Amino acid sequence: MKALIHWLSNTELSNFIKTVTWIIPAVQVVHILAISVVVASMGMFDVRLLGWAGKRHSIAALASRFLPWLWGALLVLLLSGSILIIGEPERSLGNLVFQLKMAMLLTAIAVTLGFRRLLVHDLSSGSSDLRPEHGPAARLVGAVSLFLWVGIVTAGRWIAYAG
Amino acid sequence: MFVVGSNFTTWLERLEATRVATTISESTWAFPTIETVHVLAITLVVGSITMVDLRLLGLSLRRRPVAEVMVEVLPWTWTSFTVAVASGALLFASAATHYWGTAPFRAKMLLLGLAGANMLVFHCWVQRRAQNARAGMISGGISLCLWIGIVGCGRWIGFV
Repeated sequence: MKALIHWLSNTELSNFIKTVTWIIPAVQVVHILAISVVVASMGMFDVRLLGWAGKRHSIAALASRFLPWLWGALLVLLLSGSILIIGEPERSLGNLVFQLKMAMLLTAIAVTLGFRRLLVHDLSSGSSDLRPEHGPAARLVGAVSLFLWVGIVTAGRWIAYAG
Repeated sequence: MFVVGSNFTTWLERLEATRVATTISESTWAFPTIETVHVLAITLVVGSITMVDLRLLGLSLRRRPVAEVMVEVLPWTWTSFTVAVASGALLFASAATHYWGTAPFRAKMLLLGLAGANMLVFHCWVQRRAQNARAGMISGGISLCLWIGIVGCGRWIGFV
């Protein structure tokens, strides 16, 4: 990791990002706007999975409404996040809080993909929505996902303060 | 526009000297913690209002009526906005005179005021003319731009 940080911070691109002082703040703004899309979409979706709100919509309908926004926003987050990492590799890659954030992010993506697979399986077997027997699984996924996204944003902000 | 008397400066100094404010500015963890709550609340405000704005612009949820989308989404916006204002007020109090003197803070407050005015115009005028989709698009477009500006200024505050 140390070698990677050292190499990255000496690349021409990294120096360019550091020299042009407005790049990092501007990219951070894009990053925050994209995470807003994720938090609002997944917040609403998770709350539906938990059965706390939005019950007049089927889980399948909300999955097709919100998940494309998640994947789109994640792409923007990946690109903007990469620019921030290349610009300040030591601040991010070398930071424990950043590593925790990435671990939570990968878990959130895996949990969402796993749930999507379950939903697709139920729908393809003739059900109009997630099968009722998968209700407990949906609630668990909703709780874990909500916890992880709040954790990801929290860790994201704390990279500046800790680690 | 922002010329204010020395009374206001005195008031800011008193705010900064309150127990709550000094507790936040002297603690190592209080500011980042409140700031995290502020960021989480803002992501919900911006994310949810974007859903309404995109609907007004006709870019998403086109099959569902604007009014229905608003009834479902705006409670999220208002709840999280309340949290954002409360947490933001605490952050402001911790260094009130400093923040008040910065350009991005003033710009952010100005844009927030404009977003409020835009919303009032929408609710009092545009919304009552249900057929006027173009006026709705203008409201949605203005709102989207203002909120992007608000997030931009908010982040900029941290760099001055």
